[in-house]
Amino acid sequence: MNKELKVNAIKDGTVIDHIAAHNLFKVISILGLDKISNPVTFGNNLESHKYGTKAIIKITDLFFQDDEINKISLVAPNAVLNIIRDYNVVEKKRVDIPDVVMGIVKCFNPKCITNNESVVTRFNLIDKENVALKCHYCEKITDEKQLYVF
Amino acid sequence: MINRSLVSISDFSKEEILKILDVAADFEANPNQKLLDGKVIASLFFEPSTRTRLSFETAIQRLGGRIIGFSDSSSSSASKGETLKDTIRMVSNYSDLIVMRHPLEGAARYASEESKVPLINAGDGANQHPTQTLLDLYSIYKTQGTLDNLNIFMVGDLKYGRTVHSLLIAMSHFNPTFNFISPESLKMPNEYKLFLDSKGIKYYEHLEFTDIVEAADILYMTRVQRERFSDHLEYEKVKNVHVLRNDMLANTKNNLRILHPLPRVNEIHTDVDDNPKAYYFQQAANGVFARMAIIATILGVKK
Ligand SMILES: [Zn+2]
Repeated sequence: MNKELKVNAIKDGTVIDHIAAHNLFKVISILGLDKISNPVTFGNNLESHKYGTKAIIKITDLFFQDDEINKISLVAPNAVLNIIRDYNVVEKKRVDIPDVVMGIVKCFNPKCITNNESVVTRFNLIDKENVALKCHYCEKITDEKQLYVF
Repeated sequence: MINRSLVSISDFSKEEILKILDVAADFEANPNQKLLDGKVIASLFFEPSTRTRLSFETAIQRLGGRIIGFSDSSSSSASKGETLKDTIRMVSNYSDLIVMRHPLEGAARYASEESKVPLINAGDGANQHPTQTLLDLYSIYKTQGTLDNLNIFMVGDLKYGRTVHSLLIAMSHFNPTFNFISPESLKMPNEYKLFLDSKGIKYYEHLEFTDIVEAADILYMTRVQRERFSDHLEYEKVKNVHVLRNDMLANTKNNLRILHPLPRVNEIHTDVDDNPKAYYFQQAANGVFARMAIIATILGVKK
């Protein structure tokens, strides 16, 4: 009996586990799962020993590159990816915040050029523990409290 | 440095800064060198700044270059809704170099990435103003004969003042000691203090503007702006505490020079103006030589 799996197992694909429940839809949007034709199932507000409630996403026949998956690190820092082949977990991957974050996060500074013209945002990670991102353009620091993911 | 943009003072290394200052000294000795014959320089001021614009345009004229551009956004295509990107793409087809002032922060970095020709940031909002920093450095170098091991006092609005932040970063190459004098609410932000810690540079913070200035080689004064205070009484209290008067200079060092990015409001009493240690008007004049040096160096016309 696996209490965590409230949705059906998949044969081949990726299961993303340990997403904070309130960020499920951000993860779906960042990975573009709302725009693909592969079967996608997700469960939200599931019980988690570690985090209270969590979300889980299963995508059939889709495998991610590391740089793609690291995009979700800012909203799902504890996410674990289970790579499934023939119903078995063949690999587990953790996400890692990239040193340069492009086009995911909004600069908190209203006077920044990126909030006034269509510029792809770009940040350098200056603190991994507390998530502090320095805007490549206005040079202001967006921290965890101000973090807004598009 | 040839063909490279100048967006932030940290784009230039210590050696590159020193090279610019040497070239500036050469231009001061021989101000009319027609090195930009046949060059077209775009001067794009998306917000008015007469002081900075005239300094740049004087530098370009002295070098014999030609200027195209506008002095505020109402006379530019930006007023018709053209994006910064499109303006820069167009202008970089016409010119050899762009000088740009823009009210938005990060506009200069973005424009430099969209431009085919190098770009000099003449101020992007509250972010960077590197040519001001280079003229400050030139003024310090000229009056002290060196940039090394100086005791630099910064007074006034150290929280929001971009000129003190850029100067702090630039001077960090030269083993300075800093003394920061400001009201509690306008203290030097933590990120700059951490930066100094990481470089092993000594600094001291003070709330009162007293005879501690007797140790100073450079006294860098800044405006305390009324709009920075939510509490009007606090502003009234502070604005009179951090005013430099001539009698405070009696026991200061002979080599002390007083700098200010101008315009001043009341933080330097007019009775200081005739003191030989007052340097802020010459400092502004130095801006032309510093900007000549930056332009000529980036265009590769001055060896
Ligand atoms: Zn920004």
